[in-house]
Amino acid sequence: MVAGKSKISVQDLRVTYGHKAALKGISFDIYENDVFAIIGPAQSGKSTLLSVLNRTLEFTADARYRGIVKVDGDDIRHLHNVYALRRKIGMVAPLPVGLPLTIYDNVAFAPRMAGIRTRDELDHRVEQCLRQAALWDEVKDRLNTLGTRLSGGQQQRLTIARALSHQPEILCLDEFSIAIDPVTTMRIEEVLKDLSQHMTIILVTNLVQQARRLANRTMFLFNGEIVELDHSDVIFSDHPAQHKTYEYVNGIFG
Amino acid sequence: MFTSTKNTQRKKRQELIAKYLLMTMTLLIILPLILIIFYLIYQASPILSVDFLLKNPIRGMRDGGIWAPLLGTIYLVLISLLIATPIGVFAAVYLNEYARESWLTRVINLAVVNLAGVPSIVHALFGLGAFVLFAGIGRSILAASLTLAIMTLPVIIASTKEALAAVPVAFRQACWNVGATRWQTIREVVLPNSISGILTGVILQVSRAAGETAPIMFTGAVFYKAIQEGDLLAYGLLDQCMALSMHLFTISTQVPDVPVALPYGTAVVLLGVVLLVNALAIVLRFKIRSRKKW
Amino acid sequence: MRLRELVNSKELLKEWMIEKLIWICGISAIFFVFGIFFFVFREGADYLLRGFKVTEFFTSIEWYPTSRTQVRYGALALITGTFSVTLLAMFIAVPFGLGAAVFISEFCPPRLRESLKVIIELLAAIPSVVWGFIGLTIMNSLILNLFSAPIGLNVLNGGIILALMSVPIIVSIGEDALKAVPDSYREASLALGCTRWQMIFRVLVPAARNGLLAAVLLGVGRAVGETMAVLMATGHSIRIPGGVLEPVRTLTATIAAELGEAPVHSDHYQVLFIIGILLFSITFVVNLTADLVVRGIRRK
Repeated sequence: MVAGKSKISVQDLRVTYGHKAALKGISFDIYENDVFAIIGPAQSGKSTLLSVLNRTLEFTADARYRGIVKVDGDDIRHLHNVYALRRKIGMVAPLPVGLPLTIYDNVAFAPRMAGIRTRDELDHRVEQCLRQAALWDEVKDRLNTLGTRLSGGQQQRLTIARALSHQPEILCLDEFSIAIDPVTTMRIEEVLKDLSQHMTIILVTNLVQQARRLANRTMFLFNGEIVELDHSDVIFSDHPAQHKTYEYVNGIFG
Repeated sequence: MFTSTKNTQRKKRQELIAKYLLMTMTLLIILPLILIIFYLIYQASPILSVDFLLKNPIRGMRDGGIWAPLLGTIYLVLISLLIATPIGVFAAVYLNEYARESWLTRVINLAVVNLAGVPSIVHALFGLGAFVLFAGIGRSILAASLTLAIMTLPVIIASTKEALAAVPVAFRQACWNVGATRWQTIREVVLPNSISGILTGVILQVSRAAGETAPIMFTGAVFYKAIQEGDLLAYGLLDQCMALSMHLFTISTQVPDVPVALPYGTAVVLLGVVLLVNALAIVLRFKIRSRKKW
Repeated sequence: MRLRELVNSKELLKEWMIEKLIWICGISAIFFVFGIFFFVFREGADYLLRGFKVTEFFTSIEWYPTSRTQVRYGALALITGTFSVTLLAMFIAVPFGLGAAVFISEFCPPRLRESLKVIIELLAAIPSVVWGFIGLTIMNSLILNLFSAPIGLNVLNGGIILALMSVPIIVSIGEDALKAVPDSYREASLALGCTRWQMIFRVLVPAARNGLLAAVLLGVGRAVGETMAVLMATGHSIRIPGGVLEPVRTLTATIAAELGEAPVHSDHYQVLFIIGILLFSITFVVNLTADLVVRGIRRK
């Protein structure tokens, strides 16, 4: 596989919560239209990394980050318009969060906030995103019911639809399958394979097999440091560069 | 087999005594009050009628109804509400959504606590010094409402803060993640989902403002002022007005030879308004607790 | 059209302006507290700096504000009035309030607890002028009949009314404090064979000490600052009371009773504002202490 253009570039990123270090100086690149998996046990800094990317880390009172994070070559620390950055990135949280709005409004929320008001365009966009998230057929007749009334699996797809609603170039999924059944998980994985054609996908997961199925490249984070970053074939082979990776992937520790 | 020894029997007895002693104490706080309320209603019963509400006081406030004070109270409450609600809600939004752990936040919280603790008569002095004299508004409904608004601000701040804090953080994060600004998040998701809690605060503010006497005594309420009966727009913003609480004070202490039922009737109406409004807030709160959308 | 280009500098400016507006409302409470102090001080400052006799104010019982020949502003009797009524009120309200707090938090079945809390809340909502009216009518005749006192409007009357007014705040804050004690304390002491009675007085009350103290302090703050009820229920006699059946006048009642008749900016008028400063300072200190005490618990 040929490495493409760098979409996200991270250099010596360190994050602290108060006195506690969450990321201890990590550097890596994510290429355009790549599916990039981040694996590692709980508390190893995976979710923190995602919140640095779209700068929602700054809503956590005592969190600080140092180092350089570039998205499309721009240092995100010096952005004039942070909302543009957040719209460039779609974010799916571990537990599905349906906003207490109707299904339609959940998906139309981001476009509306961005200033799109015409009904036609909103309708079009809602349908497109719900289709992309493989939810359209199940909800097309009840777009006006509350999003929170949907089942867990449907809500997670609703969150994905919402994350797509502002047409991001990067889609981050943070352990999206934690609260849903295996069948739905497989459906969403199919969806992700389609999306990866024209989008960079970052997949945070502690399901090793999921990373193996989907990702081109995989990064193993442990305790705020990168243990190993390589093509998935290598990480999940019998001979990764680090013995620790082998142990984690094969469930010997973690 | 366990047999109860003397010691455990004694302990049991002790515990029962304690329980009933404390229960008696609780009842002693509550029972007299219920009796008092019934007594007030009993004394007021000869005079309570729709006419009593809709007629002006007449013959030197020794006869007639309570129309002018009732309408005055409504004016004071509504105008103070209009002033206090936006400031209070925004202040709570600041404290809950923007403020971080810092000295400024501590000082604000302290100020809110102190604002709630300042004696009502000191609020009256403040209203007189600041609005009536310094700002030159004069004794008027506006000056009295401003004074009431500042006095009742902590009520709105406290309930709104509680309501905002009950909205899950995950909702906000979801909004931020799709690029909504902080204000958009607050406007579209946080406020709509805490509206019932905010309403509770507003209702409590109404009940507090309706009952206060001291703060309006020197800022806008007068002993007597006749207005057009049945005219809801009888007062102007810069007029002085009568008020129920002040009227109760006047006819029970300042005017001689008032028929007994008259002050009782006024007290019952005032008490009724305040307790009903409060009960509404309580019902609303139970409703919120039992019916969440998430 | 790509969405991210849609947010322009106008939108960012709007966001900035709303944030500033919210910030201003946020800090407004500070301004109001300072404003209260400033304007009350401003009205009294002239006399305070010119002819005000501090010693006389605090040590003399001669309060002759309207005398033609011998104007005196000795507030000792008024201070004693406030003090005596508050003391009596706390004497009644603290045991009853804390007792009720313990009952509601520890002995009460949940359903009854909710109803009791609602009643206590309604109790807190009764306007002070209605309390004053109750003192003036019902309490007055009760005291006249039960104690065959010459006057029914006295320290006892005001004390009972103030006690009833302060009880709700003591109960609700006290109950919060007891609820904040971890259940493990309760379970551990019951497991050791304590009765509930012992558990409450040897374990719970000491553990919730600070919160209960704050509850009492806030009750004191309420009682000191109360105006209408004491104005109507304590009689109008400016002197140091010799017993609970004697009438008194409090600081708050004095302002309420005399401000209407004192010509604006006269010495008398300014002295009433100085009393206001005194009241403001007392409640400020009481509330501040209560707040510090409460914060002390949370930090633990």
